[in-house]
Amino acid sequence: MHKTLAIASVALAFGTAQPAAAQKTTEINFYYPVAVGGPVTKTIDQMAADFSKENPDIKVNPIYSGTYQESIVKVLTATKSGKPPQLAVLLSTDMFSLIDEDAIVPIDDLAKSADDRKWLDGFYKAFMMNSRTGGKTWGVPFQRSTIVLYWNKDAFKEAGLDPEKGPATWDQMVEYARKLTKTDASGNVAQWGLKIPSSGFPYWLFQGLTTPNDALLMNEAGTETYFDKPAVVEALQYWVDLSAKHKVMPSGVIEWGTTPKDFFEKKAAMIWTTTGNLTNIRANATFPFGVAMLPAKKHPGSPTGGGNFYIFAKTTPAEQQAALRFVKWATAPQRAAQWSIATGYVAVTPAAWETPEMKKYAQDVPQATVARDQLQHSVAELSTHDNQRVTTALNNGLQAALTGSKPPAEALRDAQREAARILKDYK
Amino acid sequence: MTRVTPWLLLLPALALLAVFTHWPALATVWDSFLSTPKKGRPAHFIGAGNYQGMVEDEVFWQALTNNLVYAVGTIPLSIALAIAMALWVDSRLAGRAFLRLAYFTPTVLPMIAVANIWLFFYTPQYGLLEQITQAFGLASHNWLGDKRTVLGALIVVAVWKEAGFFMIFYLAALQQIPPQLAEAAALEGASRAQYFRRVLFPLLMPTTLFVLVNALINSVRMVDHLFVMTRGGPDNASMLLLYHIYQVGFSFWDTGYAAALTVVVLVALAAVAFVQLRVLDPRTHYR
Amino acid sequence: MNGAPGGRTVFRPAAAARAVETAGAWLLGLLWVLPLAYAVWTAFHPAAYSTRFELGAPLTLQNFVNAWHAAPFARYFLNTMLLVTMVLAAQLVLGTLAAYALARFEFRGRDLVFGLVLLQLMVMPDVLIVENYRTMNALGLRDTIVAIGLPYFASAFGIFLLRQTFKTVPKELDDAARVEGASALQVLLKVYVPLARPVYLAYALVSVSYHWNNFLWPLIVTNSVETRPLTVGLQVFSSTDQGVDWSIITAATLMTSAPLLVGFLLFQRQFVQSFMRAGIR
Repeated sequence: MHKTLAIASVALAFGTAQPAAAQKTTEINFYYPVAVGGPVTKTIDQMAADFSKENPDIKVNPIYSGTYQESIVKVLTATKSGKPPQLAVLLSTDMFSLIDEDAIVPIDDLAKSADDRKWLDGFYKAFMMNSRTGGKTWGVPFQRSTIVLYWNKDAFKEAGLDPEKGPATWDQMVEYARKLTKTDASGNVAQWGLKIPSSGFPYWLFQGLTTPNDALLMNEAGTETYFDKPAVVEALQYWVDLSAKHKVMPSGVIEWGTTPKDFFEKKAAMIWTTTGNLTNIRANATFPFGVAMLPAKKHPGSPTGGGNFYIFAKTTPAEQQAALRFVKWATAPQRAAQWSIATGYVAVTPAAWETPEMKKYAQDVPQATVARDQLQHSVAELSTHDNQRVTTALNNGLQAALTGSKPPAEALRDAQREAARILKDYK
Repeated sequence: MTRVTPWLLLLPALALLAVFTHWPALATVWDSFLSTPKKGRPAHFIGAGNYQGMVEDEVFWQALTNNLVYAVGTIPLSIALAIAMALWVDSRLAGRAFLRLAYFTPTVLPMIAVANIWLFFYTPQYGLLEQITQAFGLASHNWLGDKRTVLGALIVVAVWKEAGFFMIFYLAALQQIPPQLAEAAALEGASRAQYFRRVLFPLLMPTTLFVLVNALINSVRMVDHLFVMTRGGPDNASMLLLYHIYQVGFSFWDTGYAAALTVVVLVALAAVAFVQLRVLDPRTHYR
Repeated sequence: MNGAPGGRTVFRPAAAARAVETAGAWLLGLLWVLPLAYAVWTAFHPAAYSTRFELGAPLTLQNFVNAWHAAPFARYFLNTMLLVTMVLAAQLVLGTLAAYALARFEFRGRDLVFGLVLLQLMVMPDVLIVENYRTMNALGLRDTIVAIGLPYFASAFGIFLLRQTFKTVPKELDDAARVEGASALQVLLKVYVPLARPVYLAYALVSVSYHWNNFLWPLIVTNSVETRPLTVGLQVFSSTDQGVDWSIITAATLMTSAPLLVGFLLFQRQFVQSFMRAGIR
């Protein structure tokens, strides 16, 4: 009798245990780059935890992988050795390189239902520009940005400028910068009028000058570049003149990483940097500051920037679907709004801007809306096949011109020649 | 028993050396004659194709020149400083325990960590170096952002890191030298400088040669600081060969060209090895 | 210490010259600690004082707390300790065996083998990153701590040092042990290894600090937090696209260097002396 009871209870235990055991958890490794304002891992870890709570059958492992450039190396290293992550946030411009390596799957192959289609159509068109090619969507916008100009309102007042208005044109930017550049008794510059960083990825900031000058740097298919067109050369000449002729910017290469700190330390009255630095600057600037769209030449304009979600091939269909669910969850209006508020990146869907938190945030921090409003003038970020190599060629040319070792026309001509050589196999 | 055992004892070490040193060296040479596999085109033999590309590559020549300048900049200076440090620490100088600590500490720190500190050091306008030069009324300078000074700035970091390490070797060598030599030289009326030049330095020669080879290898091997401070810029003014190999191999994924670049580095190292074996070793004696 | 061989006490330079020399040595010493002192200042003060050197500035440990929470440093520490221990153990065992064979056995091809070993002194795994990476893939070991250490398990420097040391052991001790019936391995363990202790210590210190600080190869071969050593973790952590916070970065830097620094502070005498006693010139 006891034995029968024992066997029965064991069978019952197993019986009830079965359904639970049958529900397996899908695990996805999620590589993400870039520091967020505040403790790096906490925000993303919180997201992963929240998602897993709502979706207990999926476990997201966030893995911090450094800068965008370091992350693409890590992702491709992992892919080439047969163990890719299931999900990653990488530069939107890495799309061609990832396609060439057969690393990613098109999102439309996974997002087939009508609801999914609506979701994919819900993003700002400007952000989709670096996310689509060959009629397919390969990336989903997540932490996207544009370049904006931050200005120190106190410094403006001191220099006799209207503290509520940033420079609207190239000429105004030079004129303001002249008034804002201050030298001390020994002849050293105590405060520069303007700093446009040129280390690491100057090509992106350069697009902040070519776009207002109505010049495009590459074609949509990513097989051709136009680095030596006259409008492009003119933009580079303007950049070089800022330090060489007008002396409102230091000569040589300006470090990207220290530019916000230069702003806090009042060593630069105006800086160009990503809108993603907004929360950082809000937290650390001891003075009132303004945010403006990039000054216009023929019209205003900026490149978009930042990272997209990519879902990787050579993973199981279950993992890909799980990754898609996380992507949809993370880009839902509520969460996109939260992410934007926490960092300063532009919330990637118009729907996110309509949420109550976002509306309140836009009221409290009007500077946050500048990047969004700039979207209508924005163009795709430079993106071609063999992207790392082509951007390196352009970066080298830009740094050569900015350090004075080559005149702009020659620097860009050399860069164009190098890019053409790299891309000729892709035509 | 005496026949089998030596090979058995050597087997594990030799096997690992073969897999991770000898085989890769040969494979690199072979790979340098193949093209990089691309979508739809597996690697195939292209003879001197990669080398031709290398000769035409401005960045390669820049990197090669930089490596030579870097070596010439770091090696004599760090050796000279190491000797001076060793002499000072070994003598009855006041506070020499602190000095020994101060000189040697940079060596135990990871280069990637000190690179961050030096990046801060070199920051224009409010970095420590700027604050010091401004206190003396000198002009502000963007050390890492200026093509003329960036390599020099990196050389300073390398010398700072290495001199203390070489000092230890000289300290050990100085311990072997009998003090009677100094007394004898003084009796003969030699000055301290003469004693150093004629007696001490030649006696330290074996150490100097050992340190020299070490320093040469380090100047090729150590590129960690580039990752944090300059990434080879501006415009390749601080590009070093090993960093270029990393860039070509793991950022551009051009494995054929990366192999060709590695062969250049291997040839350079082989030349150093040759010089050491044929020229330097016969002059050194081991106990 | 015996009288300064540099001749300082013997030649008796003039007091003024001696003072200048002392000042010079001290200036160099201060210059040498300056970067580290700067880092210590920045790490222990709030961000606002990172570039202002006011003596009355408040001290804080918050930077260390922030740095600790900002990246999984505990895991990085663990990985690094596992790595250096594993590498050292392997190097000592393999090196001892190989050095013994090369020092005490006569066999054909011995010089050739020694030459092949010495090759690694020049051609280090660091230079062969592209090829070794491919090998690791083929072995299926990518992204493991073993993969970081494996190319270094056979250390030419270690074999060279130990061979040199073993060669100085008097033959009589060897013969005496043999007479008592010891096998070759027992002779190794009972006679050679104990006599080479200073060399083992010196080598261990060199190996640990080398592998604690190694960066490029671990960068390439690791991807996940479970395998990253401190150097890679620090670089990943301190490269931010959003602007650098020096206070946190210097705090993290000091945290990751602290064990080695403390170890050196405690053992510097042994460190220097073991180098000297081992006769490394």
